[in-house]
Amino acid sequence: MKFDTPATTNPIDRLQVVGQPVDRIDGRYKTTGTAHYAYERQDAAPDAAYGHVVGAAIAKGRIAAMDLTAAKAAPGVLAIVTAETAGKLGKGEYNTATLLGGPEIEHYHQAVALVVAESFEQARDAAALVKIEYAPAKGAYDLAVARDLAKPSGKDDEPADSRVGDFDGAFAAAAVQLDAIYTTPDQAHAMMEPHATTAAWKGDALSLWTSNQMVAWSVGDVAKTLGMPKDKVHLMSPYVGGGFGGKLWVRADAVLAALGARAARRPVKVALQRPLMFNNTTHRPATIQRIRLGATKDGRLTAIGHDSWSGDLPGGKPETAIMQTRLLYAGANRLTRQRLAELDLPEGNSMRAPGEAPGMMALEVAMDEMAGKLGLDPVEFRLRNDTQVDPEHPGRKFSQRQLTECLRMGAERFGWARRKARPGEVRDGRWLIGLGMAAAYRGAPVVKSAARVRLDAKGIVTVETDMTDIGTGSYTIIAQTAAEMMGVPLHRVMVRLADSKFPVSAGSGGQFGANSATAGVYAACVKLRDAVTGKLGLNAAAAEFADGKVRSGDRSIALVEAARDGELAAEDTIEFGGLDKKYQISTFGGYFVEVGVDAATAEVRIRRMLAVCAAGRILNPKSARSQVIGAMTMGAGAALMEELAVDTRHGFFVNHDLAAYEVPVHADIPHQEVIFLDETDPLSSPMKAKGVGELGICGVAAAIANAIHNATGVRVRDYPITLDKLLKEMPAPA
Amino acid sequence: MASPPQQEIGRRTVIAAAATTAAIGTVPARAQEPGPGAGINAAPLLNVSFTVNGKPRDLELDPRTTLLDALREALHLTGTKKGCDHGQCGACTVLLDGHRINSCLTLAVMHPGTAITTVEGLGSPDHLHPMQAAFVKHDGYQCGYCTPGQICSAVAMLDEIEAGIPSHVTADLDARPQLTSAELRERMSGNICRCGAYSNIVDAITEVAGSKA
Amino acid sequence: MKPFTYERAASPAEAAEAAARRPDSKFIAGGTNLLDLMKLQIEAPAHLIDVNALALDRIEATSDGGLRVGALVRNTDLAADQRVRRDYAVLSRALLAGASGQLRNRATTAGNLLQRTRCPYFSDTNMACNKRRPGSGCSAIDGINRQHAVVGASAACIATHPSDMAVAMRVLDASVQTVNPKGVTRTIPIAELHRLPGDTPNVETVLEAGELITAVTLPKPTGGSQHYRKVRDRASYAFALVSVAAIVQPDGSGRVALGGVAPKPWRLDAADAEMPKGAKAVAGTLFAEARPTEHNAFKLPLAERALASVLAEARG
Ligand SMILES: Cc1cc2nc3c(=O)[nH]c(=O)nc-3n(C[C@H](O)[C@H](O)[C@H](O)COP(=O)(O)OP(=O)(O)OC[C@H]3O[C@@H](n4cnc5c(N)ncnc54)[C@H](O)[C@@H]3O)c2cc1C
Ligand code: SF4
Ligand code: FES
Ligand code: FES
Repeated sequence: MKFDTPATTNPIDRLQVVGQPVDRIDGRYKTTGTAHYAYERQDAAPDAAYGHVVGAAIAKGRIAAMDLTAAKAAPGVLAIVTAETAGKLGKGEYNTATLLGGPEIEHYHQAVALVVAESFEQARDAAALVKIEYAPAKGAYDLAVARDLAKPSGKDDEPADSRVGDFDGAFAAAAVQLDAIYTTPDQAHAMMEPHATTAAWKGDALSLWTSNQMVAWSVGDVAKTLGMPKDKVHLMSPYVGGGFGGKLWVRADAVLAALGARAARRPVKVALQRPLMFNNTTHRPATIQRIRLGATKDGRLTAIGHDSWSGDLPGGKPETAIMQTRLLYAGANRLTRQRLAELDLPEGNSMRAPGEAPGMMALEVAMDEMAGKLGLDPVEFRLRNDTQVDPEHPGRKFSQRQLTECLRMGAERFGWARRKARPGEVRDGRWLIGLGMAAAYRGAPVVKSAARVRLDAKGIVTVETDMTDIGTGSYTIIAQTAAEMMGVPLHRVMVRLADSKFPVSAGSGGQFGANSATAGVYAACVKLRDAVTGKLGLNAAAAEFADGKVRSGDRSIALVEAARDGELAAEDTIEFGGLDKKYQISTFGGYFVEVGVDAATAEVRIRRMLAVCAAGRILNPKSARSQVIGAMTMGAGAALMEELAVDTRHGFFVNHDLAAYEVPVHADIPHQEVIFLDETDPLSSPMKAKGVGELGICGVAAAIANAIHNATGVRVRDYPITLDKLLKEMPAPA
Repeated sequence: MASPPQQEIGRRTVIAAAATTAAIGTVPARAQEPGPGAGINAAPLLNVSFTVNGKPRDLELDPRTTLLDALREALHLTGTKKGCDHGQCGACTVLLDGHRINSCLTLAVMHPGTAITTVEGLGSPDHLHPMQAAFVKHDGYQCGYCTPGQICSAVAMLDEIEAGIPSHVTADLDARPQLTSAELRERMSGNICRCGAYSNIVDAITEVAGSKA
Repeated sequence: MKPFTYERAASPAEAAEAAARRPDSKFIAGGTNLLDLMKLQIEAPAHLIDVNALALDRIEATSDGGLRVGALVRNTDLAADQRVRRDYAVLSRALLAGASGQLRNRATTAGNLLQRTRCPYFSDTNMACNKRRPGSGCSAIDGINRQHAVVGASAACIATHPSDMAVAMRVLDASVQTVNPKGVTRTIPIAELHRLPGDTPNVETVLEAGELITAVTLPKPTGGSQHYRKVRDRASYAFALVSVAAIVQPDGSGRVALGGVAPKPWRLDAADAEMPKGAKAVAGTLFAEARPTEHNAFKLPLAERALASVLAEARG
């Protein structure tokens, strides 16, 4: 099905099942420990041996010598895989560094060996017996230093810079100006399930049970890395214990499990050790951002400039932190520039809302600062600079843009009017209280997505697609879509996901998953409906599928009748035909946060959080709300504690475990409220949905930063906003 | 009929079958024969008996085996998760004689004669424990990986409040701790949820605690 | 983790004897620190002596009105003990501020005292670390050291002792009872248990090889208002950047020990004497010899402010 004209009324609009806050259909498996993740496939590979990864001890250089004698002789050892023994390996399309290093080392804790043994304990011990001598080389590890050598770098093939009007002139002439530098640190996905894979060979065919967000990409990259045909790779990822972008790609666990299984001649499973993950896998790269805003005295932006610097390994990508600045606010003169420096730190790559998440951390603080300079309420300042068209291409409209509605409603619900404009005015015992807000913005891309739908003789509708559910609720919203389309109750739908034998879906990434994958299911269901009406001899155009029946005119036939002589199946792909070029399709929101800052110690604790989102049709308000609160939680981490500490001498992230890399715990997060505005976007897909999972993180950290400023009067521009940075400027309490 | 995510059907029976025959060590004897030069490396297997979810279990284990790996690898009770293996996340939380602990930081052989309860022992998909049901109702999870740990922890945590054990946020050490959300959040802080389901988890626990009170 | 042999001792004497027999052994109590480090091969005992069956899990009144806390009393049980809550609130508070509910259910009194530093270079075996590999150098001194010690450290090591409980015990003037492999018992004031690093940061306590802690004794209650303020980035399940254990008497006199700032709980008699003068004077004395780095210098004002806040609270 080609989607190239705006959606009209369709069966989804009935909202009998779609749009309802139903419980997740996989919930009772997840809550009882009967959902089995990649390392837990004892059913599929009961005799799997255990692989333990050895990571490089240097950030850059070469392996001078490797001595495997002791490791090989250790009890239980079955095989050892190194670059030398593995044979020629390719590199995945989506990988920047190779997944098995040696002799060249590209980053710290790059995998250099896999030790396979009968037991986990034996493999772990033997891995420590692998002796490696390194010849280290000098590397570049400090973004602040490498920044001067950074080169222009766009997203994919886009230009690195964008210019509209005369930024320099307009900024210089602006009545009110802001020019500030913000920094965001390297951050880790730190998903709870480590990257893990169970691999088994049958002849030249490979089965991988792995934890991965993008099944088809990863089949391609496994095949490319191992130099084998794609159709010999069977990849399954039915449960993913969190990904956040860190599992978009094939990582060392999958490649090494496959190589280990080949070497040991039996299935092998590998989970990356937690202390290895932070340097071995990808992370969100640090940024340095300069924002310049020029405005008239009455608060209309006339000049908007945003420069961003980030670093990555040679051949890597920039963190596209300027993206939202091109679209969020009006202003005739605009300039954005993106620069990429070469660094020899571990590979930087996508993490939940790449680009906008760090970009909004800077832009929305700059907006708060500018509102302060103008003496305007931060909400009002944003309302004054709304635009309903792409400010770089005024002929191009937003498909929907309810930013002002989000901000107004949020302000009202949160009691924003009670905020004191002057910082440091409100106190509750030990605590300085502040309110802050920020806009939320994230693009809503769509990606081609296919599904197969079957109706069997029992009347069960089964959906098959290689879509993944990484906690996003795909199982459930796909079931809801099929139930709505076929007119059956939810419990008559089976959903089978994340198997490379199923039709290729959008996968889980870039906030495109929910809308695209359900649209693919929609397309397949439209075909199945045709097959059903054809079989039943009903007029397809007039047919209504409801209550397990198909009605047309005065005829009503049980759906199951259509499959009486055998299962009916249909497969289709939703393909998006350019509406997203003609219109800018985005999601919007507003965050409102109240913090308390300890007057003595400057510890920050969040007291209230509200998000108002306008993100197209909400397919399941319960799971969508979870996406938003989860993203807000990650945003709270970004604001207050998350930072991969770079040792610029040795070139690695020092705090590489879950105690040293702090992410929010229960006690950090208050009750969170989420409001979804009523919105359907017929330009986005037949589902009229968009996405929320990334919108939820884009801006929240800035809202917290702004609340801290309102509480204390201290403006910290270097994330995370830890107490040491606040203390410097906070007077000791009387 | 249920609408289970794919490979559920049939697998539980496989696990059940495996579990009944799981009095096996993680290490086949063959591997334990000291290889050349490996004499010092080989430690003898040890026996340990305890009950897991009410069933007596006799295991012969490499002494290095953590309780977590004994559950997951020897007994195929993979409901208990390994998130960090270093006591830093809480995914491995199980109940040891009713008390919640991190099963990754204790050796299986240290617990003869104890009673261990895992998430599988609390309830099953068709007979959910009230805490499990509340997690489903309140969407107290996303990816599900921290979930078994959260649930085990929550069950034992309510017992700790019941027993009058104070917490960091208990204002008056001499008074009985109250069931406030601040108490629940502090006490659940040993269970990290990177998906950020905290707000919903607290709602789920509050509902269960309320109906108990 | 290196292979090891394992035995469960039934009495302190048996444990001591086992330790005498196997110099390459370690005691294991809760295991929450030892196993963590064994997995990283930072600790590699060839023999483990499980002390959990040692019947050292009681809290008993002493004849002089104090409490004797068995080495194996779990952190949860110690914090929840009614006598401790009433008479040694600073100890309850410190325990409850540490780790997590799960960890406190396993962690023992002795194990908590002997837990090792959380210096990230110490736990990365690729990095130089004098504490882990004597003579290899200290990666932290010119590296990432926001968490590290500002006082009491040396050019060889700037690691902190991470325990919260120990800070409270220090302010309470607790003492540690031990028995050595020969069966000789002794009492060590908590102030003397932990050593400053000097040139040998690998030697962390005055305990001899195989010396078993059997109990910690708390002297007769001092009264006063008791406080433990722990400052950290994350609201829970995080080690202290700075912590303050304080006992403040109605007349303004009192005692203070700091955590998170030194290789051991940091308390000075001279600083206690300054208590009536307030936080600035106390902190000034405690930090008279401070040698902070660029990244951890904030601990000095932070500790002073936290102490000021505690004193304000004590005044009511
Ligand atoms: C993620 C995490 C967070 C933590 N957060 C905190 C925190 O915030 N604050 C805090 O204070 N602690 C914290 N801890 C540390 C925790 O409190 C300690 O791990 C625990 O107290 C150690 O006690 P244990 O009984 O488990 O010791 P074990 O691991 O059993 O032993 C530790 C050491 O003591 C020795 N030992 C044990 N018993 C005896 C004895 N009777 N005689 C002689 N030697 C003995 C052992 O040989 C070993 O060397 C945290 C730990 C983790 C993993
Ligand atoms: S501070 Fe001490 S523990 Fe840390 S690296 Fe230096 S010597 Fe090692
Ligand atoms: S796996 Fe045990 S605490 Fe993380
Ligand atoms: S549900 Fe994913 S970590 Fe908690």
